[in-house]
Amino acid sequence: MLGITGAIFVVVAGLLVYILVRFRGGAGSEGTDPPQIYGSQRIELAWTLVPLLIVVVLFLTTARYLFAIELTRPTAGALEVTMVGHQWWWEIRYPALGIVTANELHLPLSLPEGTSPTFITLQSADVIHSFWVPQLAGKLDLIPNKTNRLWLDPRRPGTYVGQCAQFCGVQHAGMLLRVVVHPKPEFDAWAAAQRSPAADEPSAHLGRQVFESVACVSCHTVRGTRANGLFGPDLTHLMSRTTIGSGVIDNTPEHLRAWIDDPNHLKPGVLMPAMALSREDLDQVVAYLATLR
Amino acid sequence: MSAITGPLSEGEAAADAQRPWTSTLHEWAMTVDHKRLGIMYVLGGLVFFVVAGSEATLIRLQLIHSNNTLISPQLFNRLLTMHGTTMVFFVGIPIVFGFANYLVPLMIGARDLAFPRLNAFGFWLFLFGGLLLYFSFIAGDGLAGAGSAPDVGWFAYSPLAGRAFSRGHSTDFWTVGLLIAGIGTNATAINLVASVFTMRCPGMTLGRMPLFVWMMLVVSGMTLIILPPLTAAQIMLLFDRFLGSHFFDTQAGGSALLWQHFFWFFGHPEVYVLMVPGFGYVSEIIPVFSRKVIFGYAMVAAASVSIGFVALTTWAHHMFTVGLGAAPNALFVASTMLVGVPTGIKIFNWLATIYGGRIRFQVPMLFCLAFLFQFLCAGLTGIMLSVAPFDYQLHDSYFVVAHFHFVLIGGLLFTIFAAIYYWFPKVTGRMLSERLGRWHFWLLVLGFNLTFVTLHFVGFAGMPRRIYTYPADRGWDLLNTVATLGVPLQIAAVLCFVVNVVVSLRRGAVAGNDPWDAWTLEWGTTSPPPAYNFESIPIVHSRRPLWDLKHPEDPDGPHE
Repeated sequence: MLGITGAIFVVVAGLLVYILVRFRGGAGSEGTDPPQIYGSQRIELAWTLVPLLIVVVLFLTTARYLFAIELTRPTAGALEVTMVGHQWWWEIRYPALGIVTANELHLPLSLPEGTSPTFITLQSADVIHSFWVPQLAGKLDLIPNKTNRLWLDPRRPGTYVGQCAQFCGVQHAGMLLRVVVHPKPEFDAWAAAQRSPAADEPSAHLGRQVFESVACVSCHTVRGTRANGLFGPDLTHLMSRTTIGSGVIDNTPEHLRAWIDDPNHLKPGVLMPAMALSREDLDQVVAYLATLR
Repeated sequence: MSAITGPLSEGEAAADAQRPWTSTLHEWAMTVDHKRLGIMYVLGGLVFFVVAGSEATLIRLQLIHSNNTLISPQLFNRLLTMHGTTMVFFVGIPIVFGFANYLVPLMIGARDLAFPRLNAFGFWLFLFGGLLLYFSFIAGDGLAGAGSAPDVGWFAYSPLAGRAFSRGHSTDFWTVGLLIAGIGTNATAINLVASVFTMRCPGMTLGRMPLFVWMMLVVSGMTLIILPPLTAAQIMLLFDRFLGSHFFDTQAGGSALLWQHFFWFFGHPEVYVLMVPGFGYVSEIIPVFSRKVIFGYAMVAAASVSIGFVALTTWAHHMFTVGLGAAPNALFVASTMLVGVPTGIKIFNWLATIYGGRIRFQVPMLFCLAFLFQFLCAGLTGIMLSVAPFDYQLHDSYFVVAHFHFVLIGGLLFTIFAAIYYWFPKVTGRMLSERLGRWHFWLLVLGFNLTFVTLHFVGFAGMPRRIYTYPADRGWDLLNTVATLGVPLQIAAVLCFVVNVVVSLRRGAVAGNDPWDAWTLEWGTTSPPPAYNFESIPIVHSRRPLWDLKHPEDPDGPHE
């Protein structure tokens, strides 16, 4: 397609340059007008039909691909994932595996022999978002009250970056997404780790108490604790993720501390409020969260 | 058909100079003269152009490198919303309708539009709609907090624009401002259609109208079809926000896509409403500066009409990624590609008009020629985007931004400047300076292409639109810096233009009635034309009445 449009550009622009050079009015040509040619039905018919023909061919090719890449039902053996867009983060669920996570989508590698694509169901909890990881697939919107379906067929392991592509409010730019493609055994190990219950290290019990006694629990979930909120990302395996704030900053205890203290500072406009904890409480909560691997 | 009343006599001019400025102001505010309204429309549009251009400058500065903190995300979103909204509704529309206001009656040999008072009504609605929209900047938090200017994008998608996600009144400024301006635009469109059908001078059959008039007829017709649905949707949005209805309120079962259908049924044809007048200027200017009659008049007119119809069927190509399904997408792929055909035909007709001509490379023609190159690019990237699977990747990326700026700047803005240089002598009686005009032209060509050719590649590199910043690891820094470097050149170009207008108004060469040796009726009266346009209503016998006068031995055309 780039070839076709490129060729058209070269031909037409070349013609235009040729005409401009050949028919530039020199000195002494003032006052005389060239022969007036009013048109030619035959030529005009030709330059109507030729573009029409190109368009028909282009359309048929497009339509073929359009139908070929549409796949509305998962193939047997495909991994099913549900992604829910939120202002401004991604909720990621693996219903068959019983996993809930956020902002980092982990996928198994497709095998070269038989395709085992990943099937993603896209939904939104608030406004319209759009799933776009350029190196893996074209984009598709996440729309409230509408379910869209997209399939991915990753052939190379690695980390792919993407982000929300539909304007969704103040932090549209801060709604980043990572996709990690693992070889199958590695993916299975990851899934097993995600399924395991949240860590409960005795050294962090004090932190857990603080965490459970403040407002964190009304928005976040840590499985097996009082925290069962659904408004923010699931924190059961928080430290297994590489970023916080949907990709705006690396996930380290120092950043986590700054984030809980005032997320607005790192991601202006974010819906999570500043927690206004005392210094000691903050340290203990961070210490607790840092155990949630 | 003769030229009439000269400029003011000396006595009259002296008397004119002694009048207090309030009386002049009063005269302009109360006027129903299509020429004065046309001038005010274009001037209003140019003022808004400077405002919206400044907003774009801030946007480009913010994006010059990754993780920039020059502008807050909130303000960035307000700027991008106001930039888009202003450029479409308060720059594009008033300028194209302003030109039509001024030129259509002159070109069809009439003394005014059919409904002069409706015309004034339309203009003032446009102006107050725009002022209301901009009042939002000083409302709410005031200027320092950048007020409560709309921040939901010029497309105001639901449910983001609904009461749940857009609190306060910023979205209401957007809705009501556009609603008011839209009523004004509709009034003007009705006026133009009525004038073209009822006010043509004797002998001016539809088939003899200048192509510009044909195109404004198409544009006005389209406006009447597409603007009311937008107005309806905006009223529904107001119902949602104020009366608690649920048309677009997804939290209560409303439809997010309903808004998109309404909006793009307006929004896509709107691009043609803006661009087709540009085709009109070009179709008048290229023949005059090639010294040759337009090649295939009937074909160009017919192509415009068919664009008008086909453009009404392409809206959902803005919605390829909402998941309509392969079959509906295929339908809109077809209609979108189809609209490229009549557009391509016109380019061929203009080329054939220049072919065999004797080209005068004066400023209006330079702008038209740059338009041809740039619009060719814009058309071809448009065809690329019409291929839906390609659009799945590049939709809402900077490639799309580059594409439609090639249409609206590389296409429309260049033709508007061509038109200003071409008709300025008629409107003011003075020529614009060629030298400053060339500076203006070359700076704009350079700056525009530096910015927007580059943005195509930013899109290919995967940068989405409407983000206030981006992480450093994406590799978008260099291209963004280059794109921003084009901005000062474009500002310099606009400065040249402003200086040119101001200086030429006082000291420009006196134009005379017909400085370009042109062929349409407006060049048959004085510059500027008297309030009544023509002393006696002209009678025409062909498409080029002035050609007939100048070449009695070889009257215009073997047509009809």
